[in-house]
Amino acid sequence: MFDATHALPALPGVGYKAQHFAPIMADPAPVGWLEIHAENYMGDGGRPLAQLRALAERFPLSVHGVGLSIGGPEPLDRDHLARLKHLLGWLNPASFSEHLAWSTHEGHFLNDLLPLPYTTDTLARVCAHVDEVQTVLGRRMLLENPSSYLAFAESTWSETDFLREIARRTGCGLLLDVNNVFVSATNLAYPPRDYIADFALEEVGEIHLGGHDTDADDFGAPLLIDSHGRTVADPVWALLDEVLDRAGPRPVLVEWDNDVPDWPVLAAEAARAGATLTRVAA
Amino acid sequence: MSAAAPGPGVGGGAAPALRAPRSIFGKMKDCETAFRAALLQAEAPVPRGLVDGLGRPAGRRYAVYRNNVAVALREALETGFPAVAKLIGPENFAHVAARFLRSSPPGDPRMMFYGAGFPTFLAGIAPLARLGYLPDVAQLELALRQSYHAADAPPLDPARLQGLDEATLMGARLVPAPALQLIRSDWPVLSVHRFTLVAGAPKPAAGAEDVLVTRPALDPQMHLLGPGAGRFVAALLAGAPFGDALEAAGDGFDLSATLSLLLSAGALTDLFLPRP
Repeated sequence: MFDATHALPALPGVGYKAQHFAPIMADPAPVGWLEIHAENYMGDGGRPLAQLRALAERFPLSVHGVGLSIGGPEPLDRDHLARLKHLLGWLNPASFSEHLAWSTHEGHFLNDLLPLPYTTDTLARVCAHVDEVQTVLGRRMLLENPSSYLAFAESTWSETDFLREIARRTGCGLLLDVNNVFVSATNLAYPPRDYIADFALEEVGEIHLGGHDTDADDFGAPLLIDSHGRTVADPVWALLDEVLDRAGPRPVLVEWDNDVPDWPVLAAEAARAGATLTRVAA
Repeated sequence: MSAAAPGPGVGGGAAPALRAPRSIFGKMKDCETAFRAALLQAEAPVPRGLVDGLGRPAGRRYAVYRNNVAVALREALETGFPAVAKLIGPENFAHVAARFLRSSPPGDPRMMFYGAGFPTFLAGIAPLARLGYLPDVAQLELALRQSYHAADAPPLDPARLQGLDEATLMGARLVPAPALQLIRSDWPVLSVHRFTLVAGAPKPAAGAEDVLVTRPALDPQMHLLGPGAGRFVAALLAGAPFGDALEAAGDGFDLSATLSLLLSAGALTDLFLPRP
């Protein structure tokens, strides 16, 4: 379950977009691995699966799920879990990750990552779901910290403790999205560096970076939106430095899901992540 | 857990009065349930128990989630139905999509399959009735998407059809490729689709059109069918033997052109001969 073939290299990666297939196959530099969204490859055939087979021959792959609703109160969707098992079975990717969030309500998929309160009860159900996922898939998964726009008054656990305890109880790893840390910390008025200091960095198997938009709440306070539609903000790069200085080199992924740019723009973001990794490794 | 740890619900010194009275399971479930129930209702009040980092009511912070859900589902529909979106314009499409996603949210996380009920839904919207062809255009776009994601299958070798005696051929069953789709419309559905999305395409003329969607390699292609060919392919798709499909096609049907199209486009994958 923890064998060495199931680990991503400590290099920059990018979230794969179909429009980048040709340039990536021609010259992937500086990218050392790719991440795909699991749900986009659950069709029966055609171009998406043909591209994925070709990519799998060249690159270590990370499969990132957005639809399991691990944080929700409803039982996991067994059909969806079976589709995931099928995909991971034939693809045998280096990593599989999902979110500390929910996305399904009364059997309906809402296509967004939604928040949960952090209590002893929700901790138990998230752990039960992670256990079930890892048992069915027969492999360790990584769980990603969310970006938050609000908090539940009833929460009694900090997010960092909540995630550390999930990792401790289930043996899962963590995916640290540094942009999510910055977005949540700004939105909920705490220092992002405190969050990093408190995070179980020893469990981190992958790091995410992405762009965010800036809005304001009812009181005029900054409200950052995790939009994945622009370059990574400078304070997020600074936070990446902090994380890598503490944790050492890790696989670092740049996500860009909306207003996707031409390949050179995304490759430049990945190169910047690569420069940070080189500095840390030196 | 450490009391000094930062994070939602702990940092920021939330005023005790704004916290839930006790973190019992029932209360917790109430707030979560309210959070979920209000997501698809733009006019529902913001659920209680949601706060910002200072313990103040979340207000429009909740609207971010509601807006994200609405936009994500609408964009999924827009991606799947670009011609419909262009035909009725962005404002109408947003309105129609909002109604559709409330009545038919996705049944599972595969957004590639979302919107199977959209053509029928469009047919039921009275103000759109003057665009009679709209549901059929939606059906064609759905067929293109289904074809795009359909299973791969090696095409039938045309040589297997050669040298069959007439009785054997008439009793044979041709197996359609998983990516084959047929749209039979009382409207010029293909002409409208092209006119909407392809610059310089000719203006549609009134009249029924049957459209075959094939996927010779990885890109679905649309073909306008000649007289009788729609009935012929419909019969094949229903599992009818070759002879019955030929009879269903009726007068004016060009068998050789249709067979040639089906074979060259990889629309057939196998041939089952009748038992002697």
